Amino acid sequence: MSGKDKNLHNMSESESEQEGVDKEGIEWIMNLPDVPMKLPPHVELQRTRVECKADAPIHTDTIQYSGAFASMGFDNSLRLDNFRNNFKIEVIDLKEDDIEFDMIGIDPALANAFRRILISEVPTMAIEKVLFANNTSIVQDEVLAHRLGLVPIRVDPRLFKYSDKDAPNENNTIVFRLHACCERGKPRLTVTSKALTWLPNGSEFPLVSDKSVSNSKPKTYTSFSCSQNTLSKEFSNNPIGPKDSDIILARLGPGQEIELEAHAVKGMGKTHAKWSPVATAWYRMLPEVVLMEEIEDELAEELEKKCPVNVFDIEDIAGKKRATVARPRDCTLCRECIRGDAWEKRVALRRVKDHFIFKIESTGALPPEVLFTEAVKILEDKCERLIAELS
Amino acid sequence: MEHGSFTDETKSTFSVADEDHTLANTLRYTLNQDPRVTFCGYSIPHPSDNRVNIRVQTTGDPAREVLKDACQNLMVVCQHVRNTFDKAVLDVKLTNPVRDINIK
Repeated sequence: MSGKDKNLHNMSESESEQEGVDKEGIEWIMNLPDVPMKLPPHVELQRTRVECKADAPIHTDTIQYSGAFASMGFDNSLRLDNFRNNFKIEVIDLKEDDIEFDMIGIDPALANAFRRILISEVPTMAIEKVLFANNTSIVQDEVLAHRLGLVPIRVDPRLFKYSDKDAPNENNTIVFRLHACCERGKPRLTVTSKALTWLPNGSEFPLVSDKSVSNSKPKTYTSFSCSQNTLSKEFSNNPIGPKDSDIILARLGPGQEIELEAHAVKGMGKTHAKWSPVATAWYRMLPEVVLMEEIEDELAEELEKKCPVNVFDIEDIAGKKRATVARPRDCTLCRECIRGDAWEKRVALRRVKDHFIFKIESTGALPPEVLFTEAVKILEDKCERLIAELS
Repeated sequence: MEHGSFTDETKSTFSVADEDHTLANTLRYTLNQDPRVTFCGYSIPHPSDNRVNIRVQTTGDPAREVLKDACQNLMVVCQHVRNTFDKAVLDVKLTNPVRDINIK
């Protein structure tokens, strides 16, 4: 509200000086019949809707500048109370790994920031180092290591730290062991992610360079001070493992063997896609289909047939057939319905600029609703960091 | 890091390390919505540098303070988004305790 008050207050001062009226101030100005508070409908349409014409969409930009409509007396500045009143979230569909929700009353700059953060900046755990003890399969070490890296791991990454320069310990590393062997004379063996077994006590491979006296416990590739089982109740109730047990890692012929240890660490999607917590996160603007005139009889039937996703229905009123827009959400904006002569005048295809249909598909480390709140928190942290840097 | 002048605080370029379009574009949006801002834009000087330059010019207030306010506003907006989202999800969970229910 402050922006608007300030602008108008300045105006009222200058006006009152001229006219010598200075008693009611802003209230009086706001109540004048010729002060427009709303944009004229055609400008409002351009501001809030993308129009999809047969050749190309128009009015695709969002007008961000606070004074863009100042000459028309409309204030375009961000007013937080206004945002609070208009912002809405409606959950459409919530499953174990997917969520679909409508985010209404927000700028694409923010919606896109959430999407970008979800894909590249929400951390997860993924296999980063693989120690091969034996690999006689036809899958090369580096290829197998890459495949292992892409296996989603079901564990809350918030319980772990980034390993940075620290030695691998129980707070930053999860160790898995894989030992698969196809014996001679047996049919080929398919090794799936099920074969990855969690080692809560860390690596079991002795360090090659370790030449300490053999009496003491041999040093391994990790230095765990305690079992990860004791760190969190969650781990002992629900052992860490791959999210899906049926991901094929390799196929072994008779006599082939794989023995390895895989070390998973915390990371972000911008380093490598294996750390991305989402299969995908995306949004689209809500389609809006408007019939500009009554479409009846043959034309109505033609329109219903034109649409490949059945957006239109036919209403029967007193023997007259009339087209209605029944399922605008399904519209893919293929523009089939505005093809051909005069159809562009009958049907208007639009998109609502501040209504986003947001979809998040989680890979399984965290539920999708948690992912979104984490993403918003990360944006807040970024702001906080910048404020700290500036002061 | 701020690149401006001591005599005129109303215009500066802020060079922020380890950030990209995610923060810069949202800040550009919040800054542009502030009536005190006459110009605001950002650029990424080199694609392999993790750095953005945010340019702010104001009508009179120090650019640094205006940018700080924009961050503050953005945080308030984020908090509201988070609260609204949590509430919406909770409502759905309460009405449909069993997961894998398609509400559509």
